[in-house]
Amino acid sequence: MNKPLRKLVLLPAVLALVLPLAACGGDDDGEAGNGGTTTLTVYAAASLTSTFEQIGDEFEKAHDGVEVEFSFGGSSDLVTQIQEGAEADVFASADTANMDKLVDADLAGEDPRDFATNTLEIATPPDNPAEVASFQDLASKGLQLVVCAPEVPCGAATQTMADNLGVTLKPVSEEQSVTDVLAKVTSGEADAGVVYRTDVTAAGDAVHGVTFPESGDVVNTYPIAPVDGSDESDLAAQFVEFVLGDTGQQILQDAGFGQP
Amino acid sequence: MAPGRQRHVGLPGWIFVPAVLGAALVMLPLAGMVSRVDWNSFLSLVTSDSALTALWLSLRTSVASTLLCLAFGVPMALVLARTSFRGQGVIRSLVLLPLVLPPVVGGIALLYTFGRRGLLGEQLDAIGVQIAFSTIAVVLAQTFVSLPFLVVSLEGSLRTAGERYEVVAASLGARPTTVFRRVTLPLVLPGLVSGAVLSFARALGEFGATITFAGSLEGTTRTLPLYIYNLRVTDPDAAVAMSLVLVLVAVLVITFARPGRGAL
Repeated sequence: MNKPLRKLVLLPAVLALVLPLAACGGDDDGEAGNGGTTTLTVYAAASLTSTFEQIGDEFEKAHDGVEVEFSFGGSSDLVTQIQEGAEADVFASADTANMDKLVDADLAGEDPRDFATNTLEIATPPDNPAEVASFQDLASKGLQLVVCAPEVPCGAATQTMADNLGVTLKPVSEEQSVTDVLAKVTSGEADAGVVYRTDVTAAGDAVHGVTFPESGDVVNTYPIAPVDGSDESDLAAQFVEFVLGDTGQQILQDAGFGQP
Repeated sequence: MAPGRQRHVGLPGWIFVPAVLGAALVMLPLAGMVSRVDWNSFLSLVTSDSALTALWLSLRTSVASTLLCLAFGVPMALVLARTSFRGQGVIRSLVLLPLVLPPVVGGIALLYTFGRRGLLGEQLDAIGVQIAFSTIAVVLAQTFVSLPFLVVSLEGSLRTAGERYEVVAASLGARPTTVFRRVTLPLVLPGLVSGAVLSFARALGEFGATITFAGSLEGTTRTLPLYIYNLRVTDPDAAVAMSLVLVLVAVLVITFARPGRGAL
């Protein structure tokens, strides 16, 4: 009896270890077999996913034989990965705190430059069942509020906003990323969530956005920098310029980002 | 399967190379993690208020879900092992599905069943029960993923034990409940214990379904794995220390539930 059980128990563990290795192998092949194409690897905050993919496409159009690859994730995760030796050429962070970590580790190739700003907005299910109209409403009794954990940039901003306005928030959940907050709102589990303005824009009809006049008081700044020791440092510097240039800025503004 | 049995045919020597590599694949990451542990602050890191809150929540919910697994899993295993009906194979496969399902998929399934707008959400709401974002949601997610471990383990034990003694007991006039209590249960006890311990371990390690379905709030839904996930961002040292605690628990569990130890 025990043999099949043992196999069943161990199988997921073995797969979990081997699959990431297989994925790594694939990456290496891609880099080794570059038949005339150069790959630029950009590590960018999760909230930049759709905009940076568009910017990447435009950058590829403007640079023959260049392929831009992205790794999107929480800024703090990405900076940890770079510190642990991940081969990133460019790092775009959702806040200055995580960019500072890169600078402190002597891993920034040039001084970081701010390329976008973002402000908070309230997201509710499309029918806004709890009739949220202001940030103060988030403190209503019985409201199922979901926010980012204070450790991540959006959570820190939410906390600052609540402190500024003297509002005591009692969330039912503190999520690890903006995406997790949005998921709880779109599924209707939460009555409201605090996310970035751009997330509400990106979610389209899936959520209803509630703006509030105080949102401009807490502004999140997005810095970008080439990573030190990159094999493609020239190209990395060009990508940074491209994000700060007209094309990059236009794409960012269309998505709801503010100018630095 | 008995330990220490004599082998009459030697293994080919080359077999040892992949075997050792495989073992290294499992053990090296553990060594890598241990090498990062900050021993000077280990004790203070694993006994911080938040860590103890998460640990206590994890233990409470895992015990609760193991009890639920026993309450539901024992009858399920008996029905699967001792009866036969049409579609039994399909039922068994479906019941064991959470074993191979990514936990996050389980979380989504639970969300659309017990969530506020789920299949049963309105009915539950009507009787004043709200599961989302509560400790009940954590227990539900843990039970969902760990139940199959108990069922598989116990069903195997039941089949290995066979029905001989049960038939004898029944022929001597014992009623089904007496047979179950006095004959079946003692016979499969080792399998039952190892199944329960495995379920407990799976519940303790549950992450994906919990974060998808229950959310993450200190003291209510933030179990140890969620706490570690949260912590790795701001305090990697503490995250490593807490991870080591979970590894130690896992080692204890495997030692107790190891097949062939006390089992048949």
